[in-house]
Amino acid sequence: MSSGTAMVEVRGVHKRFGRLEVLRGIDLDVRPGTVTVVLGPSGSGKSTLLRAVNHLEKLDRGYVRVDGELIGYRRVGDKLRELPEREVLKQRTRLGFVFQNFHLFPHLTVLENLVEAPVGALGVPREQARARARELLSRVGLADKADEYPRRLSGGQQQRVAIARALALEPKVLLFDEPTSALDPELVGEVLDVIKDLARTGTTMIVVTHEIGFAREVADTVVFMDGGVVVEQGPPAQVLDAPQHERTRAFLAKVL
Amino acid sequence: MTTTTAQLSLRPPADPTAELPIVPHRRPWRLVAGLAALVLVAQFLHGLAVNPGWDWPTFRAFVFSDSILRAVGVTLQLTAYGTVLGFALGAVIAALRLSGSPILRTIAWTYVWAFRSIPLIVQLVFWFNLAYLYKRIGFGIPFGPSFVSFGTMDLLGALGAAVLGLALHQAAYAAEIIRGGVLAVDAGQLEAAAALGIPRFRQAWRIVLPQAMRGILPNAANEVISLFKGTSIVYVMAIGELFYQAQVIYGRTGRVVPLLMVATAWYVLLTTVLSLVQYRVERYFARGSERTPPPTPWQRLRAAVTEIREKQT
Repeated sequence: MSSGTAMVEVRGVHKRFGRLEVLRGIDLDVRPGTVTVVLGPSGSGKSTLLRAVNHLEKLDRGYVRVDGELIGYRRVGDKLRELPEREVLKQRTRLGFVFQNFHLFPHLTVLENLVEAPVGALGVPREQARARARELLSRVGLADKADEYPRRLSGGQQQRVAIARALALEPKVLLFDEPTSALDPELVGEVLDVIKDLARTGTTMIVVTHEIGFAREVADTVVFMDGGVVVEQGPPAQVLDAPQHERTRAFLAKVL
Repeated sequence: MTTTTAQLSLRPPADPTAELPIVPHRRPWRLVAGLAALVLVAQFLHGLAVNPGWDWPTFRAFVFSDSILRAVGVTLQLTAYGTVLGFALGAVIAALRLSGSPILRTIAWTYVWAFRSIPLIVQLVFWFNLAYLYKRIGFGIPFGPSFVSFGTMDLLGALGAAVLGLALHQAAYAAEIIRGGVLAVDAGQLEAAAALGIPRFRQAWRIVLPQAMRGILPNAANEVISLFKGTSIVYVMAIGELFYQAQVIYGRTGRVVPLLMVATAWYVLLTTVLSLVQYRVERYFARGSERTPPPTPWQRLRAAVTEIREKQT
């Protein structure tokens, strides 16, 4: 595959925690405007992969490019040298990350949560950032909660705020780390609806999830991981309905 | 037939016990203990009022006297400098202890170890005698020549030595309190800030510190109050703070008890003010949290008054 067409390009990524090898050579391409859903049993390395994409995890080998730019490293001769933190932080403003446990800033209001990064990281004028934040809040259906503190909101509402906060930087790619796993079952739908809406508008996304139904409906590509490798990938009709690999079949049999 | 049984089972038979009124358990001894405590309090207050040993006229003569007011000023000054310098240095040491550098971490740990190990009074006397070790203090190239230098005695008077001792001592404790507060902030907060690309200093200042303040404040207020009273220890350096001044006056007049009461009254009054300030500041930093402190008695009173007014209109 040529790197020219991929928005996110993952090549030969290895990562170990102590003696445990969590990623054992991952290759992945995400075309612009598509949704990639990563499935797999817990401990398969899917969250670590997602965190590696925006350099929340350092790599042991391999590289990640977003829109052609190496993330977290720069090539110096025949070495990949880690970038200073300042540069990494700058790169991360082009990648939105949504956490399983939201991680909203509890001491800031919903609006301030959305304003903090554009003002603090990109130097957007505060008034402009506030106007944009209000737009985003109405997009996720929470315009009336702008002045609430996050802890006053339900889990589903908090996660929608977290998505709006990630969008406030106008990232090229959105990364979702099990965005509905911490939610009560009846709140899952409202969060998935927001993500589906983003998919329709052509946002490039990588979503780690356990929601097979969501994968079937929204994904352009489904990636199945196990034991730190990509076992198979392809359109949902192929991976979910006619899996080639025994491990994929066993996993789907358990979760469906 | 089946319907009747079903209806019967839906309505349980009337149980007379279920209709009985419920009364709370009686606690006669609680009343007795309360009354006995009230008698003791009354005796104490009566003693305060009528025992001539308290010598209230002398108390009144000195409590607002110039020398005492000036001494209160010195005490407040020592507390303010000790707090500001102590916590500023403490914040630096806490940052060093949380840093990635093993050298800086070790230095910070050693500082805390040393200054928590040496009794404050020993430190104060030591700083007071600094000029014996170093006649002049200069700034320049380490181990080389110095560009400017001062006589130690000029740079560090008695008050300066006291402030230095209090601040260095306070910094060791402040460092640990600040470090504890920072460690209590959820690691996910830093990760979220990092994922949003917020610069490092802003992460600390806008995201971590405001949340750490909740854990820091109660302990910090304890420290400030304890420092405020602890300033009385600098009487060993003959600095005219509140306790020293009270001693000077009773040394002259021989009226020990009323002058101790003068000092006590000021310490209690100012500690009360500090406690009120603490309450306000804690409420500010509790914003957004599930558990906010309950309203102050004054706030409760005001709320009650507004409620009554609204009812009348």
